[in-house]
Amino acid sequence: MPPARPDTEYPGGRGHASSGHSLAPSAGSPAFWRDARRALGRVPPSVPAKIRQVARPGAGPEAAEGRGAGISSLIMDPECSQLLPALCSVLADPRQPVADDTCLEKLLDWFKTITEAGSSLLLLQENPCLLGLLCHVLKPQDLSPRVLSFSLRLAGMLAAQEDCFQYLQQGELLPRLFGEAGPLGGAAWTAPSVRSGWIQGLRSLARHPSALCFLADCGAVDTIFSLQGDSSLFVASAAGQLLVHILGLSLQGPAEGHPGLQTGDWPVCAQKIVSHIEESLRSAATPQITQALNVLTTTFGHCHDPWTQVLWGRLSPLVACLLEKDPVPAAHSLVDLLLSVARSPVLSSSSSGLWETLAQTLSHLSPTQAGPLALGILKLQECPQVLRAQAFAVLLQPLTCVLEATAQAPGLLDSLDGTGGASVTVDTLLPSKAACVGLLCRTLAHLELLQPLPQRPSPWPQAPLLGATVTILRLCSGSATPTSDAGGHLCAFLVGCVRVQRAALDFLGTLSQGTGPRELVTQVFAVLLEYLTSPDSSPTVLKKAFQATFRWLQSSPETPGCSDLDPHAHLFLRELLPVLPKRLCSPCWEVRDSGLEFLTQMIGRWGGQAGFRRALLASEVPELTEQLLRDPESYVRASAVAAMGQLSSQGLRVTPASPEHPGGQQKSLLAELLHILSTDSEGFPRRAVMHVFTQWLRDGHADVAGDTERFVARVLQVASQDLDWEVRAQGLELALVFLEQTLGRPSSHCPYAVTPPVAAPPSSLAQALRPLCRVQLFEFAFRALFDCDRPVAQKSCDLLLFLRAQTASYGGPQGSGSVPEVASVEAALQRWQAGDQGQPLGYLEPEVVVAVLRSMDLEGLRGALAESSDRVEKSPQSLLQDVLATVGALGEDEADCY
Amino acid sequence: MKLYCLSGHPTLPCNVLKFKSTTIMLDCGLDMTSTLNFLPLPLVQSPRLSNLPGWSLKDGNAFLDKELKECSGHVFVDSVPEFCLPETELIDLSTVDVILISNYHCMMALPYITEHTGFTGTVYATEPTVQIGRLLMEELVNFIERVPKAQSASLWKNKDIQRLLPSPLKDAVEVSTWRRCYTMQEVNSALSKIQLVGYSQKIPMDQASLKNSDVLVLTGLTQIPTANPDGMVGEFCSNLALTVRNGGNVLVPCYPSGVIYDLLECLYQYIDSAGLSNIPFYFISPVANSSLEFSQIFAEWLCHNKQTKVYLPEPPFPHAELIQTNKLKHYPSLHGDFSSDFRQPCVVFTGHPSLRFGDVVHFMELWGKSSLNTVIFTEPDFSYLEALAPYQPLAMKCIYCPIDTRLNFIQVSKLLKEVQPLHVVCPEQYTQPPPAQSHRMDLMIDCQPPAMSYRRAEVLALPFKRRYEKIEIMPELADSLVPMEIKPGISLATVSAVLHTKDNKHVLQPPPRPTQPTGGKKRKRASDDIPDCKVLKPLLSGSIPVEQFVQALEKHGFSDIKVEDTAKGHIVLLQEAETLIQIEEDSTHIICDNDEMLRVRLRDLVLKFLQKF
Repeated sequence: MPPARPDTEYPGGRGHASSGHSLAPSAGSPAFWRDARRALGRVPPSVPAKIRQVARPGAGPEAAEGRGAGISSLIMDPECSQLLPALCSVLADPRQPVADDTCLEKLLDWFKTITEAGSSLLLLQENPCLLGLLCHVLKPQDLSPRVLSFSLRLAGMLAAQEDCFQYLQQGELLPRLFGEAGPLGGAAWTAPSVRSGWIQGLRSLARHPSALCFLADCGAVDTIFSLQGDSSLFVASAAGQLLVHILGLSLQGPAEGHPGLQTGDWPVCAQKIVSHIEESLRSAATPQITQALNVLTTTFGHCHDPWTQVLWGRLSPLVACLLEKDPVPAAHSLVDLLLSVARSPVLSSSSSGLWETLAQTLSHLSPTQAGPLALGILKLQECPQVLRAQAFAVLLQPLTCVLEATAQAPGLLDSLDGTGGASVTVDTLLPSKAACVGLLCRTLAHLELLQPLPQRPSPWPQAPLLGATVTILRLCSGSATPTSDAGGHLCAFLVGCVRVQRAALDFLGTLSQGTGPRELVTQVFAVLLEYLTSPDSSPTVLKKAFQATFRWLQSSPETPGCSDLDPHAHLFLRELLPVLPKRLCSPCWEVRDSGLEFLTQMIGRWGGQAGFRRALLASEVPELTEQLLRDPESYVRASAVAAMGQLSSQGLRVTPASPEHPGGQQKSLLAELLHILSTDSEGFPRRAVMHVFTQWLRDGHADVAGDTERFVARVLQVASQDLDWEVRAQGLELALVFLEQTLGRPSSHCPYAVTPPVAAPPSSLAQALRPLCRVQLFEFAFRALFDCDRPVAQKSCDLLLFLRAQTASYGGPQGSGSVPEVASVEAALQRWQAGDQGQPLGYLEPEVVVAVLRSMDLEGLRGALAESSDRVEKSPQSLLQDVLATVGALGEDEADCY
Repeated sequence: MKLYCLSGHPTLPCNVLKFKSTTIMLDCGLDMTSTLNFLPLPLVQSPRLSNLPGWSLKDGNAFLDKELKECSGHVFVDSVPEFCLPETELIDLSTVDVILISNYHCMMALPYITEHTGFTGTVYATEPTVQIGRLLMEELVNFIERVPKAQSASLWKNKDIQRLLPSPLKDAVEVSTWRRCYTMQEVNSALSKIQLVGYSQKIPMDQASLKNSDVLVLTGLTQIPTANPDGMVGEFCSNLALTVRNGGNVLVPCYPSGVIYDLLECLYQYIDSAGLSNIPFYFISPVANSSLEFSQIFAEWLCHNKQTKVYLPEPPFPHAELIQTNKLKHYPSLHGDFSSDFRQPCVVFTGHPSLRFGDVVHFMELWGKSSLNTVIFTEPDFSYLEALAPYQPLAMKCIYCPIDTRLNFIQVSKLLKEVQPLHVVCPEQYTQPPPAQSHRMDLMIDCQPPAMSYRRAEVLALPFKRRYEKIEIMPELADSLVPMEIKPGISLATVSAVLHTKDNKHVLQPPPRPTQPTGGKKRKRASDDIPDCKVLKPLLSGSIPVEQFVQALEKHGFSDIKVEDTAKGHIVLLQEAETLIQIEEDSTHIICDNDEMLRVRLRDLVLKFLQKF
């Protein structure tokens, strides 16, 4: 084995780095390869390198310009440098099991950060093992495709900087990696990961003009063309992206600022790609057309340079030709391309035929394919009115068919019937159930997206849309009476179709934003009631029906003078309330749950209204809700807790036969909820209880207001022992409310404001803090401060900081150490921080609390908590250690075996 | 092939298939909806029922008032309930060779068929069908026999009188053939004729064996196609819980087997969540105990999910646990232990779903007056409104949750797509949407060619023509065959044999050996017996390659040969010899002018290109 050579003798090594590439050995020199080879087997240097906060000494002048010269950057910390050679030799060893993909991905991420922040050339020179690895993978051997892919990507990443690219070129490493002689021709090429690595490597590499020459020289572009049709979708898609990138790169320099330039004057590389696209567009094979369209879509989507205009000018006739074929090939990609062109500010403003092409496409495509195009057109900020009208008509066609099939009033049809395309739509709707369901669902979803947009068509055909949606829902439930054969077929397809029901109910809910004729609104409520009553409604459909119902009730006009429900909605409610108990008794927990959610929303909105209260109290709903507090399903219990909280807040809780239970023998709801908080095995109900309690405290609920301190003390005590961090965090929320109420009482000051409240004498501060001490709020907050769950600790930290700001102006006892209790509290807190939370603090005097608060480094703690908790585990050093440890452990096993 | 349709009820079919002198009865369902025309049989004397006014004609003629009673505008026959039997006149039932029973619901008419028609054949059914069918019959007989009724009304059946009656009595069909229930003795005798069929098929049914069948007779589809069983079970539970929570009782009229297992299973999972753990569930039927026990022992007939429980070991149905924990109690009748255990509010499962006999009659009378109570109909066999008619006016809440797990039309359409039968035969009710939902084109059988429909007492000639018959070859005959390979994988052999046909079975036997020609007379007789065994011409196969054939002709001295292509092949013209050879796919003609020598020469040339065997 040849003796190890000093670092400085590596080509372009440390000593030569700043003097440029001219000093480096000539390309392919034996020294280059020898050193590279040796680097792999090198022992890590015993002396760790210094942390290099360097001003990128190795970067060339252009690189320095591009990234901001003189910016200090951390190239690689010494610990990592030390581990790197071992890592490289592990990766290069085919006998060593390769670490899993995610490790390699993380390594690449790390290299990416390094190369983006500093000089890649310097990195290579500092860590010759990297070069060794890159050379090593070229040897014919049984290397894992993952490692090969990794090396290709790494090489590309390094070569992204032009100086480093030149450096690698000297060893002809790049052609060997990416050219014909590399993995491209070998057996490894069969692995999709290698092909993907090859593409991604080139994608990183192609950043500078030299790279373009390199691509041309090694014939990479032709390979990329063929990879567009790769069996792996990832590879094929990446190949397309790479083409877009190369095209953009090659046109960046010369074509910029010359919009009138002919493609004939474009660089060879760009011309080659354009010819390839043209050829593909002329092809009879749909996959090739799709590839070409996708490349163009990406190009126009990302780049708005003037040259895109030239390109579109040349290719648009070919694209238009596609429309003449029947059926239109690659319709989906064509739609994407046309929308991409229409969205491009450069193209939409200049190309004259664009709107005509779009109009032509709309009429040529099948209704299923035209839907997304129509939606895209309607979403455009600027677009001719005629085209918008056509697009909207296309979008509405399926609904027109539905209305026709059920012979709705002709008045409704007029505004929906835009073009004569309805018969085409009928043909699409009727041959199969799948086509019919798919088209209707898509149409409803498109319209739902469109409805809230400012650029939605105006006038918005609210009434026909309502009519069509209601009809669809009635067809789905079997209650609509079709009047034609088409209607009969439609009915047969849609009966019981949950997908359409869900889409239609969603859209119906969205339509509640607008108004509608009286009789249609009546129909809306009727169909909603039908769904809410029907035993055949699936749980998801029911949930959507509840949601739509609430939205419609919300939007129904309020009676003038009072904010009660209008008589119409009231009538509906009278019919709905008998249905609700049955839903609350459903054997399906999802149904019980959505019933309770609906109830909670309703009480929240109308709980104060006399009519609603009467109707609710007359029903069995309140009693049933209370019974559901003991439901076996935790989600239902949680929803029941929320609903009961609302009922109780609004004074709607029924205390059955109160004369028979004088003196509150009936278990109070507060006690019941506390019982859930302390005993429920699932987190959701306990969280719900905490939310209700917080709300009660905020609202001054009667059960709480009686003895607020006792309530807060009890709740905090239970919450502090909860295993669910959200419960503990909510406990802090409750504590904050109590804090606000206690301290904020002297003035109406906003508790979150930074300015301290009006100064008060120390005695009144102690007085103000005493209730907080009595409820042991500080014990709870301090414990939370050292909580193993970061959000809880952060919240507690914020709360204590707020409290300290509040007390800052009060003065208080001088010097924290002066009171002996303070020291003992601090000692206890230190123990808590160390993980021993056994010992309670007991009652604390306000003075002690203030002193402890002042002595604590809460800001520091907040800073520490703000850092992500996995910062240690995510460090590159830890990553390298992990990879090596895995291999090391396996290595030992190997030794045991032999 | 003929199909005799003896029942018009789509879910209680009774069809007879006659094919090649074999007569097979497919199911024998009993239409019990006729009992709805009768007054209920109360187990305990009911003053209300016994005091119902007699019915009189519009002109005041009251000659029928002993037979017909009026209740809330409906007229009922005050007599022992009678059933509408399958048609017995259409075909001589004594000629039925075999009765195949598919399930216990479709065997309730069995005693009527096997006992008094001269039937001498065999009945085939699986064990659970027989056992559960026996329970249903036992319960039926018990319900009717334990309330002896002296009166038997027959006057109203007179055709002239029936015309004067109000609907639905006026429109009842074949009332003269309605019969009273059979006796236990007849049941036992009928069941003794059943031969059990072993378990051999997977459940759910393996459809592969039905694939490409010639005729598919489709009966017994869901009676409530618009109701989804899962939704209905949910509805059942919710209504039950609401009633019981308000202190009311729930009555579930049901059969002693079938859906009740599912209901109990669903309730088992539901009662705790609904806070109903303390509510007693009662199952009252003379066969309640046997039914609950039987259901646990036919594991191999249950769905896979339930089968696996047997190995745990756990009973397949959770009602065992309900019984253990005393939540479900069962009694043979409401007399006896039940009356002392009875606690309200409660849930009672009992028969009969027609509400005309059984313990359910008593509970209807007992609970009907309170609006707190609810009767929940789950069996789809009877119209709940008609069932309730003799109990009007009724304060009790009525909920209709028909649970019918038979195939629905979507499933049928999938089945038809998969099985692809050549023809479908079904009751006429399935060929159009239900009358109440005439727009629901999805609620009918839609197939190509359109299904052949039948109605009661119709005979269908099934469009089934057999083009091939299976023939067995005797081993010694098979031994003598010498197959010749004409194409790779295809060999042919000529067979000379005697075809022997008996009992729809065909066998090829070796031909009798030609006896030694001993004497003139004898020889003559022998040749009379033996089928004409003259030397057979060899069979030819293959095709004639025209070019090679022409070359061969030239080689053999023919010249001036012209070939013409025709639509079917070629014509080879030998102009000199004034001869024409017409070569077609399946024939070759040599047309020459009475020159037999030439013809034979040409024939031999042609034959060289063909294979002989």
